[in-house]
Amino acid sequence: MTGAAETLAALAGGLADGTIRVVDLTNTLSPDFPVIVLPAEFGQCEPFRMERVSRYDADGPAWYWNNISMNEHTGTHFDAPAHWITGRDVPEGTVDRVVPRDFVHPAVVIDISAESAADEDFILTRAALERWEAQHGRIPPRHWVLLRTDWYKRVGTPEYLNLKDDGAHSPGPDGDAMRFLVHDRDCVGLGVETVGTDAGQASRFAEPLPAHSILHGNGRFGLQCLTNLDKLPVFGSIILASPLKIEGGSGSPLRVVALVAGRAG
Amino acid sequence: MTAGRPYRPVRDPLTRPIERHVPPALRSRAMHAMSAHAALGRFVLQHCTDCGAVTYPPRDICPACWGDLAWADQARGATILAETVIRTTTDLYFQAHLPWRIGTAALDAGPVAIVHLHRDLAVGDRAAMQLMLDKGGNAALFALPVQGEDPMADPQWREFVVPVHDRAVLVTDGDTALGKAVVRALVAAGAGAVFAGTSAPSVPALAADDPRRAAGVRQVPLDLTDGRSVARCIAQLGGPIDIVVNTARFVRPGGVRADAGLLHQKRALDLGVLGLLRLAEAVAPILAGRPAGAFVDILSIHALAGDARFAGFSAAEAARHSLLQSFRHEMRAAGVRVLAVFAGAIDDADHQSQPSPRVAPARLAQGVIDALALGREQHCVGDVARDLMDRWLADPATTLREQNG
Repeated sequence: MTGAAETLAALAGGLADGTIRVVDLTNTLSPDFPVIVLPAEFGQCEPFRMERVSRYDADGPAWYWNNISMNEHTGTHFDAPAHWITGRDVPEGTVDRVVPRDFVHPAVVIDISAESAADEDFILTRAALERWEAQHGRIPPRHWVLLRTDWYKRVGTPEYLNLKDDGAHSPGPDGDAMRFLVHDRDCVGLGVETVGTDAGQASRFAEPLPAHSILHGNGRFGLQCLTNLDKLPVFGSIILASPLKIEGGSGSPLRVVALVAGRAG
Repeated sequence: MTAGRPYRPVRDPLTRPIERHVPPALRSRAMHAMSAHAALGRFVLQHCTDCGAVTYPPRDICPACWGDLAWADQARGATILAETVIRTTTDLYFQAHLPWRIGTAALDAGPVAIVHLHRDLAVGDRAAMQLMLDKGGNAALFALPVQGEDPMADPQWREFVVPVHDRAVLVTDGDTALGKAVVRALVAAGAGAVFAGTSAPSVPALAADDPRRAAGVRQVPLDLTDGRSVARCIAQLGGPIDIVVNTARFVRPGGVRADAGLLHQKRALDLGVLGLLRLAEAVAPILAGRPAGAFVDILSIHALAGDARFAGFSAAEAARHSLLQSFRHEMRAAGVRVLAVFAGAIDDADHQSQPSPRVAPARLAQGVIDALALGREQHCVGDVARDLMDRWLADPATTLREQNG
């Protein structure tokens, strides 16, 4: 066998014997799962909806199925470059054109859960990232950067969207942090547990919505509404994230899983 | 905000529930015409277009001269000539409501009629005649005292109206200006428990003057665009509901070709039309089990004649108007009243671009209470709605042209 074939065989063996775990990073797609709320003058994101077609009844005696509808950005979802105006001219910028190579990438997990617990509007800066690298090591190229905020533990409560009179309040990066991750560290994309890659108040930043703007303008991706990031190691996990092949689509709900070395502890 | 439920004696769970019946329904076309007027609260009788004689009960030709008959509003005064109490009957509905007082009344309009009698009326008394709908949806003459106590104290009168006092009410979209006004009006009318549906993704803290802070009001998650949310809400109310007031609507301007705003129109249809279906399916069995169940839907008067500036919304309202007629038909056998309360533009954020006069949410909410207390099936609140309804009743084709000329 060639080296690559041996690598794949070893992966299969590790999955079979449990020394490589599969961690689900996906929230359940349900009508209750909150969607991003924009100011009323804009079009709104449709939540997930499900209508039963049949359940072993007159409409289908032996089968059960539902019609479902949702926005491309409902639930745990993938943002393609074309989602943002900065990425409108990025080649292969829609979900149907994302190259399969990009469905599988390693990840680095940056834990800002303590900061987010202390300040729900916590802003991740370049300086904070450099401090993080001094402690943990350099962020490798072509990795997903996953921001662990433990925000997923708020799912099912109003504190998940955390809407106040002046909009949503949740942590996120600033523009310099995004430029550092994209240009200096060549990240594949940014993955977050919150409902958007940007902070809840990021539309009020001097440089508004920097994560969307800088990621997608440079052909990078976003993953939102992830769960279980606290169950991943800082380095070494591999993310499988394959959006639906929607013609011309700007994003897609999807199942995101991570491959992690070591048995469940 | 925990809502107490109105006190009711506990029924022995081993006894069979009482089956409810409605008065006999087989009626002539002329009688249906009288019922259609009663639904709007009009007091009408037929008069002959040849000899002018006023006639009752409804007929197809004048009994005096064989001339043609036309409906016209009549004086409501009457004098009670005789009274009797029915103590036995083969009719299942009246069997359950005996004894029942009826009498004959000399109507100021001319005819002598057999009428349902309020308990305070005696022979020789002057009476104010009401043209009511019975539980089966058919017109009936009811004689009320000219002055006196609230007629609601008479159990016989309560069979023709929908009491709100002490009843449990569900209000959909109770977090809008209109929804809040309806909650406030229901509390003021003495509702026993008010469940204010909220479709917001999260429930914010309520302002000090928010009616949903009142004793007896409880917020419940309820999103009419999600069938599961509706089913779960109804299941979690923890008991029967007597009245449902549907205030849900999605109002956005837009034409057919010009600025159609398809997403907005789709939402108007999903919330307004499919939402009504989801709600009706969930609440119908509960309302059918109540002694005086009612379903109130607040409709734009443009359900009758569309407004080209709000084409999608008007279409949704027209579809609801159609659904309500079918729902009314389905609920008749159970004696559940299905009401449409019509209004023009409401004085809320949805109608900022609309010229005055606009109906204040509080006034529309009071209209809902009035429609229930008066036993209406259709009720117009505000001059815009009343004017359009009058023109539409007189000449629908011309009204359609006038509206969108």
